[in-house]
Amino acid sequence: MKTMRLRLTVNGHEKHWEIAPGDLLLDVLRREGYFGVKRGCESGECGACTVLLNGRSVNSCMVFAAHAEGSEVLTIEGLADGNRLDPLQEAFLDRGAVQCGFCTPGMILGAKALLDRHPDAGEAQVREAMAGHLCRCTGYRKVVEAVLDVSTHGRKNHNHRAGGKR
Amino acid sequence: MNGHQVVGDNVRRVDGVKLVTGAPAFTDDVHIHGMLYGKILASPHAHARIVRIDTSKARALPGVHAVLTYRDVPRVPHTTAGQAWPEPSPYDTYLLDSKVRFVGDRVAAVAAETRSIAERAIRLIEVEYDVLPPVLEIEDAMAPGAPVIHDEPDSTKIYDRTRNIAGHLLREIGNADEGFREADLILEREFRTHRQQHAMMEPHVTICWLDTDNRLVIRTSTQVPYHCRRQVAMILELPVSRVHVIKPRIGGGFGGKQEMLLEDICGALTLAARRPVKIEYTREEEFYMARSRHPQILRMKMGVKRDGTVLASHLRVLATTGAYGSHSTTVQGNTGSKVLPLYRAPHMRFECDVVYTTMPVAGAFRGYGCPQGFFAQETLVDEIAGQLGIDPVDFHHANIIRLGDIDRLSAQLGEGKEGLPRVIRSCGLPQCIDRAAAAIDWPKKHAARPGRGRLRRGVGMACTMQGSGIAGLDWASAFMKMNEDGSFYLQVGASDVGAGADTVLSQIAAETLGVTLDKVIITSGDTDITPFDVGAYASSTTIISGGAVKKAAAKVRAQVLEVASKLLDQPPDKLECGDNQVFTKCECRRSVSMGEIALHSLYREKFQIMDGASHFNTDSPPPFCATFAEVEVDTETGQVRVLHLATAVDPGTAINPQLAEGQVEGAVTQGMGYALTEELLLDGAGRPRNANFMDYKIFSAKDMPKLTTILVETEEPLGPYGAKSISEVPINGPAPAIANAIYHAVGVRIRKLPIRPEDVLKVLREKRTETAE
Repeated sequence: MKTMRLRLTVNGHEKHWEIAPGDLLLDVLRREGYFGVKRGCESGECGACTVLLNGRSVNSCMVFAAHAEGSEVLTIEGLADGNRLDPLQEAFLDRGAVQCGFCTPGMILGAKALLDRHPDAGEAQVREAMAGHLCRCTGYRKVVEAVLDVSTHGRKNHNHRAGGKR
Repeated sequence: MNGHQVVGDNVRRVDGVKLVTGAPAFTDDVHIHGMLYGKILASPHAHARIVRIDTSKARALPGVHAVLTYRDVPRVPHTTAGQAWPEPSPYDTYLLDSKVRFVGDRVAAVAAETRSIAERAIRLIEVEYDVLPPVLEIEDAMAPGAPVIHDEPDSTKIYDRTRNIAGHLLREIGNADEGFREADLILEREFRTHRQQHAMMEPHVTICWLDTDNRLVIRTSTQVPYHCRRQVAMILELPVSRVHVIKPRIGGGFGGKQEMLLEDICGALTLAARRPVKIEYTREEEFYMARSRHPQILRMKMGVKRDGTVLASHLRVLATTGAYGSHSTTVQGNTGSKVLPLYRAPHMRFECDVVYTTMPVAGAFRGYGCPQGFFAQETLVDEIAGQLGIDPVDFHHANIIRLGDIDRLSAQLGEGKEGLPRVIRSCGLPQCIDRAAAAIDWPKKHAARPGRGRLRRGVGMACTMQGSGIAGLDWASAFMKMNEDGSFYLQVGASDVGAGADTVLSQIAAETLGVTLDKVIITSGDTDITPFDVGAYASSTTIISGGAVKKAAAKVRAQVLEVASKLLDQPPDKLECGDNQVFTKCECRRSVSMGEIALHSLYREKFQIMDGASHFNTDSPPPFCATFAEVEVDTETGQVRVLHLATAVDPGTAINPQLAEGQVEGAVTQGMGYALTEELLLDGAGRPRNANFMDYKIFSAKDMPKLTTILVETEEPLGPYGAKSISEVPINGPAPAIANAIYHAVGVRIRKLPIRPEDVLKVLREKRTETAE
């Protein structure tokens, strides 16, 4: 089979991989051990395979790996700083926004892409941005709350935290 | 406050960090050296015999390591339903067969070095079919002369194969006919429900390999590791001891994984190829080759007195299980046994036929027969209350089952056999009704006159109940041992499929032992390591597995106190556990830490503190739920928009209220999908028409109405720390509550699901024509 070389940065580390021209970014990332990139539908409908490509949220099942040449990719594995979780990861845990956790990596990265551009996103913006991330467990309420906990808008307007004893 | 330290606390999920960091925790998150890709050749016909099948070209393709057809595998009749042995579902399924019974049925399977080679190999298999007439309408299945779908002689436990009847039920308490004779008002209506698909985000996936002892290891996305082990062993004719099932993190199940679905064929390919094999459904395959909710036609009749007292109910159900009878009688049994007894009617009759059709196979799905039944019952009750001029809230308060009542229908309808009577020992339903009604501003909104504009709003309600485990049948066990640092290892057969069982069970253990949650390390769902558990279904895990954990932890605590008594020189009954230590109850409050106790026990006493316990209940305490919906109907388009859904649930004690709320919100979202958008459609040849997320619409964050979630906690004597269950019951309410709200808004009754805009528009137009005439 014909192969080509792919050079890209994943989670801050430069990578040189052999790929086939038709390989999808989803498959290549999983093959290379980035299992946080989930295979949910392979047709760009569910958002479970979301990664940030040069800061932009993409469904990695809809992107040829070759297209990522020279790009910076962020997967969920690269979000925490060592053992220090990203505020979004903390918020998802505090709010109970994680159930089975299969959609969670995509959700968190989608939320990060939103907040990186619109740090003050309100509920409508959050719901719009999260609409591309299907979740079958939560009903989205706690997911939206978690993202709002991190947005400056949310911190101003509803700053009660979940968790703790009743 | 409940006086507990860990129970009732919104602790973070014990598996949370690995989930938010994307750690490789799921079935498919492994690379196994030499792993092959399995693929199933699916039948393109709804009903056909395989006349000739030639696999030579597929076998000759480089990279192909195994090709299996019915000629290559043992023929062992079985059910794929992950139920306790002996399963009540018919044994009508074969690993591979010479007949196919729905579009998507297995024809052959291959294992190859890459996914694309496997896909190519599948296309190289030549099959000649003798195409038989399909059965694609429920009503046609029992008709004289209908094609017999299971004409094979070796299937067993089929009620009447010549008439395509997989199962039949008839149960009565009191005398329904007599009850109707005393009634002042009798209403009878027909309802239709459809095929909803689980659509869990992680499709079914299984990886099998032979370990260094040549045992078959099955790493799989299952809710039922133990049933799966037993079934695979039987189908592949292996001793159970040669099979090891591992359940990693699971990306949602909702009943769809209470099924031995890929494990048998993946295991067979592994044995044939002598290499590790993975099979994963694509999303498209997941829609029609996995399971779905049983479509039903329900005829519901109720008789009431003028004052609204319910006297008699009679429910007749015609359901289809599709091509195979997985969960056929048990799901449909629930449609009667968990639904009718919501009302204290002295007379109830339930009749049901579950028929085979050549359509995708139905199975267990959150709610397990109740969403269909409650849609009929609660829509009919709303109509009855309306005709009597009684507020539905008052009608429910007057008629619902209450504390101390005995539900006798459950005694007649067990899991495929006689059941056990249900005694109501905890019931927060009246408070559920009142609090959810208040949340939606019911008195004001229900009294409001419907508007006259294009967009009209209305409110509706429904009450529902479920069970907590299968009485006398579901059971679980747990094992605990103490580590040198005073922590405890907890092993449970229970299967966390995403709902948070590992967290809740750890909380129960920590509470019982008087330690903080970080002192409990849990392993669940591994048949080599953890003790038996029937699995995650029937809302059983918290009450049954939790009961086992509490018992095991109590036994271990007794051992801890025994060792501590030597260190503190006090008899065990004068000691108490708490704050990761044991202290004396006397005023001196001397204490010794759990770590010191563990070290002393292990190195001085030469004694491993450890114990296990088993647990089952002879009753299935119902959780209760009240659902209130506010909708807006567009009278020009028929579009129904849910504005607010208020759900109040009595789960007994909520071990972790935040997780419990999450269960409610997830369930009502699936319930709304069931009510409004989700239907797996088939064309005239039985082929799926919308097997993808663009055409099969599940709700997204943007589509959601306002959700109000209320927990009405009660104390259930049979549950650990008073807990019952929560994950299923809230799915039952949205469909009837929304249908009733639509009636309130625009005055038309919708009795068919899902409630599509075109159907609403059609009945609105019919009503306008009637009014004009």
